[in-house]
Amino acid sequence: MGIRFILMVNKQGQTRLAQYYEWLTLEERRALEGEIVRKCLARNEQQCSFVEHRNYKIVYRRYASLFFLVGVDNDENELAILEFIHLLVETMDRHFGNVCELDIMFHLEKAHFMLEEMVMNGSIVETSKANILSPIQLMDKAS
Amino acid sequence: MSGPSLMDSLFQRTLEDLIKGLRQQLIGEQAFISKALEEIRKEIKSTDLSTKSTALLKLCYLSNLHFHDMSFAAFHALEVLSSPRFSHKKIAYHAISLSFHDSTPVLLLITNHLRKDLTSTNEFEVSLSLQCLSRIANVDLARDLTPEVFTLLSSNKLYVRKRAVAVVLRVFEKYPDSVRVCFKRLVENLENYDPQILSAVVGVFSELACKDPRSYLPLAPEFYKILVDSKSNWISIKVLKIFAKIAPLEPRLANRVVEPICDLMRKTGAKSLLFECVRTVVTSFSEYESAVRLAVEKIREFLVDEDPNLKYLGLHALSIVASKHLWVVSENKEVVIKSLSDPDPNIKIESLRLVMAMVSEHNVAEISKVLVNYALKSDPLFCNEILGSILSTCSRNVYEIIVDFDWYVSLLSEMSRIPHCQMGEEIENQFIDIGLRVKDVRPELVRVARDLLIDPALLGNSFLHRVLSAAAWVSGEYVEFSRNPLELMEALLQPRTSLLPPSIMAIYIQSAFKLLVFCLHTCFVRGGSTAGVSASASYESFDDLSIENGADSTVAHGQTCTSAPITNESIVNLLKLVELALSPLLGSHDVEVQERARNLLGFVDLIKLEALNSSGQEENESERKGVEATKIIRLVHDAFSKELGPVSLTAQGKVPVPDGLTLNENLGDLETICGDIELPSSNTFSFGYPSEEKDVLSFSNLQIKEDSGQSNESTSLLAEHRKRHGLYYLPSGKSEVISNDYPPANDPALQGDNNDNASDLVKLTAESLVPKRKPNHSKPRPVVVKLDEVDEKPVAVKQLESRDDSLSGAVRDILFGSEDILPTSSRSNLPNSNRKGKKKQHMITQVESKENVVDDGNSSSRRRKDHSHGKERRHRKKNAEERNETDRKEKESSSNHPRRHKSRQRAEEPLKVPPQTSVIPDFLL
Repeated sequence: MGIRFILMVNKQGQTRLAQYYEWLTLEERRALEGEIVRKCLARNEQQCSFVEHRNYKIVYRRYASLFFLVGVDNDENELAILEFIHLLVETMDRHFGNVCELDIMFHLEKAHFMLEEMVMNGSIVETSKANILSPIQLMDKAS
Repeated sequence: MSGPSLMDSLFQRTLEDLIKGLRQQLIGEQAFISKALEEIRKEIKSTDLSTKSTALLKLCYLSNLHFHDMSFAAFHALEVLSSPRFSHKKIAYHAISLSFHDSTPVLLLITNHLRKDLTSTNEFEVSLSLQCLSRIANVDLARDLTPEVFTLLSSNKLYVRKRAVAVVLRVFEKYPDSVRVCFKRLVENLENYDPQILSAVVGVFSELACKDPRSYLPLAPEFYKILVDSKSNWISIKVLKIFAKIAPLEPRLANRVVEPICDLMRKTGAKSLLFECVRTVVTSFSEYESAVRLAVEKIREFLVDEDPNLKYLGLHALSIVASKHLWVVSENKEVVIKSLSDPDPNIKIESLRLVMAMVSEHNVAEISKVLVNYALKSDPLFCNEILGSILSTCSRNVYEIIVDFDWYVSLLSEMSRIPHCQMGEEIENQFIDIGLRVKDVRPELVRVARDLLIDPALLGNSFLHRVLSAAAWVSGEYVEFSRNPLELMEALLQPRTSLLPPSIMAIYIQSAFKLLVFCLHTCFVRGGSTAGVSASASYESFDDLSIENGADSTVAHGQTCTSAPITNESIVNLLKLVELALSPLLGSHDVEVQERARNLLGFVDLIKLEALNSSGQEENESERKGVEATKIIRLVHDAFSKELGPVSLTAQGKVPVPDGLTLNENLGDLETICGDIELPSSNTFSFGYPSEEKDVLSFSNLQIKEDSGQSNESTSLLAEHRKRHGLYYLPSGKSEVISNDYPPANDPALQGDNNDNASDLVKLTAESLVPKRKPNHSKPRPVVVKLDEVDEKPVAVKQLESRDDSLSGAVRDILFGSEDILPTSSRSNLPNSNRKGKKKQHMITQVESKENVVDDGNSSSRRRKDHSHGKERRHRKKNAEERNETDRKEKESSSNHPRRHKSRQRAEEPLKVPPQTSVIPDFLL
């Protein structure tokens, strides 16, 4: 599996979204997120966006007050993951219109569905914004 | 507690209310959450599905972001799942994917729900259930739902088919036999031109190929086509990943693929794809000179880029190249060295790795010098990173790259004096290890140890204590090389040793004991107590003596270095010093320290009474007593002068079991006897007594010359000797914190001249990296004692996991089996893990027959270009399958082989794979 988890964390280090592609217990998750947040949030803009952690890599990017962190296997393409993060942000932007932290907070399950459209089983399956959003909008209408 | 009333449902808080409420809590967040959880627990029991699903949604939120357990709601989630309303279903699936895992008890109950939704006409329901399956599938779910997934693999709704393809990976992983059912359809999807499907299917194959590349070689033509035709960077990256895995297995394939990859590298504007090409070339095509040159060109662009990301990746790519083409690193060394002072610690570490990759026998001294200078001015973290990598690189393969051990030993001491150094333990180990292994370096080792011991400032740094303990041990063990034992004695007994932890203190005292015995021996034993014995003379006599006594003759060499004369007065002073320093320790709370101090003082008393007090009085008397004292000194000295050699950790295995000893005897009662004896802490090497063990061990590869003849020491001294070295590995206890009134050693502020700027360093390394420059070794590399068993790198025979193995076995069967070459013996055991027995078998046959029908239906979409060939093969395959089926049934009924046995057979399967030529399609030739 290429992607192991996707996290969105705000500047204060609070998790705003967590999606794992392998099962972790709550305790493991708490520890993992704590370590990662400590490691990544301490870094500045001049430093690179890749952090080695345990036996995998974290690729992260900051948008305004929100950090997008993706944990990937070591042989995953880091730049592609950065592009993926950007795509995710653009998609959310298109859906919510000028997306901000609050949108994700109040529509957590929708953000999850978007991710599910894009990533399955830890590998990226969809990269077209229209294709990602159309089922979401249809499902909104249906319910 | 009664169920919630209608009122509760009416006034239920929505998720939005919950989040708003949470946001308003500044301090009492926990209390608010536990109140909300209480509400949820009540609401979730409601019979109204809307109330229930809202409660579930809230619970998901709290679980996802606030780490609250939601396993209690597993059954409720299933209830919501059965709701006819799509919005409820959505929430239920969301909750299930978030919270279910292999050991969720209600997992069994979900199968039918999933099956129902997988066959639903609503594509969103299908998609939701596929998504869910990809998260929670276990063996049972994967097995039971394989037919549904199989059907969906050729669904005409792209949206559904894409997800079915993606879910296959998990199904294969959990239930390898599903490969037999689904694999063909998966391969067919490779031919699909829709980018959505392609991206999913290529993703699946790149994951599969990671685990077992060889099985997917036959699909190379399809991958090649995708590589050449692909418009999407995402897909290209994935295909490149596949080729990186499979191309090294087949040179003809690599020949064919390397050109398109280079093309892609030249043309593409996307950095991600470019980097993937570079990485593919440097990992898997490193023997293609032109491709590597092109990749290196691109790496250089990355290295000089402003963007730290690209720089990091450039360094990373360099470190991949380094293993095969070191010249690339040397070409870019300036950038690498400059990166050592990058603001980003990750880049620094990456460049450190590269610098270490450049280290060789010829430049190790220069590079280490540069790095130690860097370490001096780095932050503690990176400083220790540097020191750690120097230590591990230099000690690799029993100090393979070290020629000049004198230099290395002084480097070790230099490193231990760096203020941030926290590698004390490793330095300690290497000091002792080198002392044991390399005889020629011992004089220098003792000199270095003396410098460390004599500096009172070092005692204040608790990170250095381990190094000091090694120094103390070395100076006691190899005291005969010491220039001035008296000075060493003062160093070992200086007042500030009270800063040491007791375990190290004990080592100090023991070393002092050895020193004292050595001094006395030099002074008295040689031939009475002649004043002003030149130590060099005494040294020679010691040499002779030791040969006489049958002690280790290799210890002493002709060159003598002791300069300070040991006189009677100095001995008197020495004894006084010992008494003075150790008397306070008699009251020590640590038993080891107390005991050792007592031993030493007892010995001093003995000597004083016997020898010194009488000196200068009546001649006869003193002579008689002197003889007795000499005897004692000689005995103790003999005990100490026995040399220790490294003993292989596996030495025990060479000891033959004596007759009459049953090793299998129950040792249960042993526990009651020695229950309170702690096991010694294990270490990387253990000490032993070569001469004691030589009658039972064959030290064939031990290069130590062993003395013959038993020494004449008494058993009590032997016991003492044993104890002394056992002590060395006592776990170091608490470190006392005592204010440090000495200036810290090596204060960076005092060493302004050390801070050469980066350009100087670049120049320095640049010089050191020129390969032609060879240092003129004034002396040959000393012998380093090696023990084959220990020092060999452990050969990690990686056992394939049985699951992966069976997965690749099944894949092979599909791909290679279509050629019908596999021997029947290996084929017959393939379709065997039908854990449900007959019923399951039936299902497979059903599915397979269905599959065949489908195949006949659209034979035009076969992946092989020439129809007749393909058809023929297919027919053969069908026949084979039929034969297989009957074969299997026969087997099943006739034999009751345990499954374990079969899986072992399976593990051997790769050996039975037919020769490559038959499976590589013609297009490659």
